[in-house]
Amino acid sequence: MIVAGCDIGSLTAKAVILKDGKVAASAVIRAKTNPEASAREVMDLALGKAGLAMESIAYCVGTGYGRKHIPFVTDVESEIACHGKGAVWQVPSARTVVDIGGQDCKAIKVDANGGVMRYVYNDKCASGTGRFLEIIADALEVKLEDMGGLAAQSKKKLTLSNQCVVFAETEIISLVSEGAEAADIVRALHHAVANRAASLAKSIMVESDVVMSGGVARNPGMFGALGEALGVTLHSLEDPQINGALGAALFAQERAKQ
Amino acid sequence: MIVAGCDVGSLTSKAIIMDDGKMLNSVIIKSKARPWESADEVMKAALDGAGVSMKDVKYCVGTGYGRDKMTFINEAITEIACHGRGARWLLPTAMTVIDIGGQDCKAMRLDADGKMVRFMTNDKCASGTGRFLEVMARVLGIGLGELGEMSARARAPITMASACTVWAQADVIAHLNNKVPLEDIAAGVNNAMASRMAVLANSVGVERDVCMTGGVAKNDGVVTGLEKLLGVRIKRIRRSDPQMAGAIGAALFAQDRANGGSR
Repeated sequence: MIVAGCDIGSLTAKAVILKDGKVAASAVIRAKTNPEASAREVMDLALGKAGLAMESIAYCVGTGYGRKHIPFVTDVESEIACHGKGAVWQVPSARTVVDIGGQDCKAIKVDANGGVMRYVYNDKCASGTGRFLEIIADALEVKLEDMGGLAAQSKKKLTLSNQCVVFAETEIISLVSEGAEAADIVRALHHAVANRAASLAKSIMVESDVVMSGGVARNPGMFGALGEALGVTLHSLEDPQINGALGAALFAQERAKQ
Repeated sequence: MIVAGCDVGSLTSKAIIMDDGKMLNSVIIKSKARPWESADEVMKAALDGAGVSMKDVKYCVGTGYGRDKMTFINEAITEIACHGRGARWLLPTAMTVIDIGGQDCKAMRLDADGKMVRFMTNDKCASGTGRFLEVMARVLGIGLGELGEMSARARAPITMASACTVWAQADVIAHLNNKVPLEDIAAGVNNAMASRMAVLANSVGVERDVCMTGGVAKNDGVVTGLEKLLGVRIKRIRRSDPQMAGAIGAALFAQDRANGGSR
């Protein structure tokens, strides 16, 4: 049986195709202004990789903030539920999932089946979201994907005194003009984002094992900083960015069987 | 007897020269990268304009975030104390003072003697500070000073979906792309600012008279928006520039000290 999950986020769109309970293909694209166009493109890409046509998908679940605009889904599920589901399927011992997305941050406590017990969510403040990293990457003129490698070269420990993205940006600009190294600044930035996400997660009492999902988890600097901020050993996912779409596909699989 | 007050803030620096309680001259400049440079420059401009020199100044008090870096002052006094004192001079009946600075905002409750009894501040989040308006004005491509008058011409003010300056910026850009008139966006920006101020003001308890100090007090869109939210009239300050409150308070403390007042 072939099912699919499609996750339309604020910055990226993701699709996962499951064939008989195994991942047949996945795809990630940068989101377009029109969520419908993002959904079609990312799904076509995943179908192409799997060598399948849309008609062969028995059930498709949509998630993410653009989920209501995906034309081809059978039904939709919340991001929280999908991230919980996807994480436990990948790491069965996972009890807490911390997801840092492009414009939000969430911490989810799950049971052994990936069912959501409790969660906390921030989309009110840009600090503690991927947007913080993006804005500073722009200001420093480094690529988002290069930040992890850059931070690894840091030799001097810096601490940002501002938590607000707007104030931190000004602080970072003056650090640069004072001659601070980009590597040291980026490492300090990772800790600032991680501390913010960790304080959100701690409000629901983090329980081990802890998994980090979302595109930001691909940045090893952020992954390390979050583990440190939470005081736990984080579990990694093979592809943390597709976790939500994977969870959606797992829901599709359950529902297709009913 | 000549005294001076100097207030070096994150965005602007202010200096005032007073002679026996009368204002001789006041100057506002944009702050430089180094607070001591700002202090030197603004004080020199204020002295020159008053036609006096530093030697004539009997006592000088510094305040604002750069107060500890000033070389020429006799004493540094906290912003809160200076703002409360200055606000009372600007509006003798003030019981509640709302001060919006470039990177912070404060709500203060004074007692009958002008002493601070309650105080709340936000300097952690750019939303609700002058920085919020600055960022929005830049996105709108207008001057910070134009936001107030522009919002007076609004027909259908927008509602901002988020308080965060980062998200609000994206909001404003989306409205611009949808060809929403600038006036309606400006009014929405001012209302968002006012609603943040209202939360802070209510947390200290609003008692009349209420006044606003700091540069944002010159933006009538924010002031009228806040009046609506608080349900009280905000007394407009006419005695001097509301942005001078901190420097005025500093100069008044300087006068006390020069008259032999205790520290």
